[in-house]
Amino acid sequence: METVTEPRSNLQKLLQAGVFVVTSEVGPPKSGDMAIIKKKSGLLKNVTDGANITDNQTAIVRMSSIAAAVQCVQDGFEPIIQMTCRDRNRIAIQSDLLGAYALGVRNVLCLTGDHMRWGNHPQARKVYDLDSTNLIAMVRGMDAGKFQNGEEIKPSPKFFVGGVENPFAPPYEFRPYRLKKKAEAGAQFIQTQMIFNVERFKEFMKKVVDLGIHEQLYILAGVGPLKSPGMARYMRDSVAGMEVSPEFVDRMEKTPKEKWKDEGMNVCVDIIHQMREIPGVAGVHIMSIEWEEAVPTIVERAGLLPRPKASEIQSPVVAVAA
Amino acid sequence: MKWFELGPIAWARDFLNTHPKAEKFLDVIGLPAEAVVKKTLFGCQSCGQCLLHENGMTCPMRCPKNSRNGPCGGVRANGHCEVYPERWCVWYRAYYRSQTMPLLPQSWRQDMYRVHPPVNWELINTSSLLNELTGRAHGVMPKQPEKKPAAKEPAKK
Repeated sequence: METVTEPRSNLQKLLQAGVFVVTSEVGPPKSGDMAIIKKKSGLLKNVTDGANITDNQTAIVRMSSIAAAVQCVQDGFEPIIQMTCRDRNRIAIQSDLLGAYALGVRNVLCLTGDHMRWGNHPQARKVYDLDSTNLIAMVRGMDAGKFQNGEEIKPSPKFFVGGVENPFAPPYEFRPYRLKKKAEAGAQFIQTQMIFNVERFKEFMKKVVDLGIHEQLYILAGVGPLKSPGMARYMRDSVAGMEVSPEFVDRMEKTPKEKWKDEGMNVCVDIIHQMREIPGVAGVHIMSIEWEEAVPTIVERAGLLPRPKASEIQSPVVAVAA
Repeated sequence: MKWFELGPIAWARDFLNTHPKAEKFLDVIGLPAEAVVKKTLFGCQSCGQCLLHENGMTCPMRCPKNSRNGPCGGVRANGHCEVYPERWCVWYRAYYRSQTMPLLPQSWRQDMYRVHPPVNWELINTSSLLNELTGRAHGVMPKQPEKKPAAKEPAKK
């Protein structure tokens, strides 16, 4: 894995120690109700190693990602804030990141961001001043003590910086090289799109391992439960950049209605088991899409409990040797 | 060595950087001509830092997300855009077109694989050819025109 440096966050510490990490997602509410964040973080705190706090995902207005992340920090849960380029230019992004760092947030996931055309404010003006690769480079530059314009930051904010990659969108041959670009920009971990086509993912990972990218960053495979056969068909047909293998759709269709959710979680568990076999995969990222109650069951059935505590891991080198 | 560091081009750059009037003249002539030609052929958005040749003659500024570093994760299975399903994804086309670029400047095929810096919005609506020539598109700051070229500069501080 990447050269062992002082861990920026608990998540990085676990990854450096070689733990198969589990991250999940917390979607902030469409209101100012912090109780929802408290409930979700309480639910996920002991079963996952961290959670993405989404930044107005699908361009629908929600509570600020940083505000929700600060609540998670106070609850003793590791947040990974998402930072998108859709709504902020480079000045606002850097300012927000400095603020997040000051409030104790240590992980940031850099995204380009969903376009507002399909969100709830299609009239809004887009920003897209940077793209995700440049955003990663900028945050890493801030880590090294330089603002995007080259001015010095003292002391510099030290984030554990992540990006995303989708192996299931064309041009498929280019996807590993795009990941390589992100690695060159300085990404330290990668979360992938939700995997429902294991064969395609294996091909992608083979190329990634050939290029040696898995040694530069940690790859967390994105997985998620299915709720119903309708959801599986919808994701297969209508969600851009998603592929669902016929086997999973069949499996859901053959299941009686009262067992849909149970079977959907089993699909996710099976995919997690397959991910553990693939070389180069350092963990899983469970995207439960507003169904956080499923996560503890999935993690338990996948045999990933109990989660190790970052505070109990003393030195990455010792843990690897043990 | 980059092509813009070659001898005659470097000379032209130095000439333009030291003769602002010549640069102004070229800008007046060049910008509209460039805008018309590239707008017609490639849907140019006048970003002033052209990447056409590096992306198989496909303008990345036409991407709804203005991505300069490859396709986003929302490309549809048929190669169309997530945001405008009736349009092609510019990066899908750019990738396949870049593989057909001439081999001679090898970098024109390889440029897809390097990290491109973010757009410099100071250069928006300026002539990209001129920016290439003067090096501004690559972050070279123009020399300040000197009023008395031979005179010694007074010591600062």
